[in-house]
This record gives sequence, C-alpha cells and structure tokens, in this order.
Amino acid sequence: MAYENSEPEGGPDDPRVALKILVAGGFGVGKTTLVGAVSEIRPLRTEEDLTDVGAGVDDLTGVERKTTTTVAMDFGRLTFADGLRLYLFGTPGQERFWFMWDEIAYGAVGAVVLADTRRLEDCFGAIDFFEHRRIPFVVAANCFDGAARHSPEELRDALDIDPHVPVVLCDVRRRESVKEVLIALIELAIQDSTAPAPVSSRTHY
Amino acid sequence: MDGPKERWVGRDAGPLVRPYTITRGRTRTSGIRLDLVTILVATWNPVRDHMRLTSEQHRLLAMCRKPITIADLASEIDLPLKVVHVLLGDLCEHGLLQEVPQAQQTPTGRHDARLLMRVLNGLREL
Repeated sequence: MAYENSEPEGGPDDPRVALKILVAGGFGVGKTTLVGAVSEIRPLRTEEDLTDVGAGVDDLTGVERKTTTTVAMDFGRLTFADGLRLYLFGTPGQERFWFMWDEIAYGAVGAVVLADTRRLEDCFGAIDFFEHRRIPFVVAANCFDGAARHSPEELRDALDIDPHVPVVLCDVRRRESVKEVLIALIELAIQDSTAPAPVSSRTHY
Repeated sequence: MDGPKERWVGRDAGPLVRPYTITRGRTRTSGIRLDLVTILVATWNPVRDHMRLTSEQHRLLAMCRKPITIADLASEIDLPLKVVHVLLGDLCEHGLLQEVPQAQQTPTGRHDARLLMRVLNGLREL
C-alpha cells in the first residue's frame, strides 16, 4: 500500500546531511570506474579561469589567449537512511588541475588515492596533498587483469607512507571490492575523529 | 578586428561565452560558502521584479523546492560549477534560498564519530 505524502517539503528521501569523499590518482587510473561501481555516475562541469592560477604554473606558455578551460568531473552519490548522503568526487587527474583540489577537498571526510601498480609515481602528488592537509586517506592499488601483483607492504614501502595509512588491493570494477576500500577509509576517519587532537601517535616528518 | 590566428577557445572547450553572460560577467560569489555538499532549500519568499532573476535562476529556484546539494544542482542544470555558484549566491542574497544546517565538524576539522558510524553501517549494508 502506498502512503499519500501530502508534505510539501522535508520528505524522507531529502538530504539532511551530505558528506564527501575524494577519489584521487593519476589520469586514467580508474577513478570513474571506482565511483561507478558503487553508485550512479553523474557529470559535473567545472570551468576555471586559467588567469587566476597562472602564477607559479609554468606550462601556460603559449596559451595566454586561452582564458578558460572546461574540466569534466564525475561524482557518485550514495543515499543512506535518515537523509544521510555520501558523495564521491573524482578529482581531475592532470596535475594542472590541482588548484581545484583545495576547494573540492574542503570539509571532506577523507580520500581514496587510487594507484596503478605499474605507474606508482602518478599518485605521489595526491599522497603529498592529503598528508599535508591531514585529510585521512587510504591507498587503493588497482589490481585489474595483467597488472603486476604486489603485497600491500611492498606498496607501502614503495610509496613511503605512514604505517597508519591503510593500503588495500582492489578491483575498481567490483562493487564489493570498492565497498571494502570505502569502509577502510571511514574506519580510519572514525579513528582520527576519536584520537586526541591534534597530536596522534603518528610519525610526522 | 581579430586576426585569423586569434584563439580564445581551447580545442576541448565547449561554448565559453554564454556561461558568464548568464552571470552578467561575474565570476565570483559573495556571501555564504557554497561547497559541493552544501544543501540548499527554497525559503518561499516572494520573487520580486527588482531581483531580475535569469531563467537559469528560476530553474535553480524550482529545483530547490526540496533540499538539494549544490553538486546535484550543478549536475542537473548542466552549467559549469562556478557559474552555478554565482547564480546561487544571488538567490541566497535575495533571501530566496537558504542553507540547510548540517552536523558541524569538530573544532579540529574532523567529523563527528557517530555520523561516520552511520556512514559505515550504510556502506556495509550496500
């Protein structure tokens, strides 16, 4: 039986609390696939004025006339009980779009750094970004067919990350695998939220 | 007149002029912080003529009859995020939209553990 809901607003499916997670990593590493494995992909257009960020960016030589650029960004949305929503934002992969990250990262619960084990160096920048801003993150190594297998410990050594940062192997195409990655991240964020602030047992360099 | 080699548009860029025409040339938002996961809702205050709302702002206002995040608004209206920010900023300043208050972060910038537990349970039930 269907209920007739006469309420004009404040329905049970309306968002009351919306949290966000960032999905970072090199270009083409599978960020969109990861988001799509657990949620429906929605497109988002961002358009940035390059003249705003010209200072310090050296590869703008020759494109002075190009005043704006359109960057497509994907996101996914998970809807939980009581109006709780979790948004997953795939960050633009190319380094030239990093200026956008601060805005996207503001207030984020945490981040998934997606690593391709054949091109580990592609995610160094993302790891630095989240370490410096003390945003909880997990490293997820995409182990799809043909990619060389490494143990999480080998990856941790290669990436030189703190022991408390979870390193998980995942197949970004599989829902269950992506769920595990997100669960590891939220567990880390819960640890962080209950740890005595601001100093924790972590090693800071 | 512009020379033939004048290039204002990058190869991958779509139509560039129109979005900022919508915002009357403005690229900055004043007022409240408009984050991707900020939730907005219409106040149902009357729309006055002097506000000179654009058709895009009328559309945004209609979408906000029920609470909605800025990410969803920008995706559905299919305009660049920055443009949407400016348009929404106007609507907020006119008192037509308001932010839905959400659970606050702790002073250290972390999230409430009980809220995160709800996320965790939600993920496990997916």
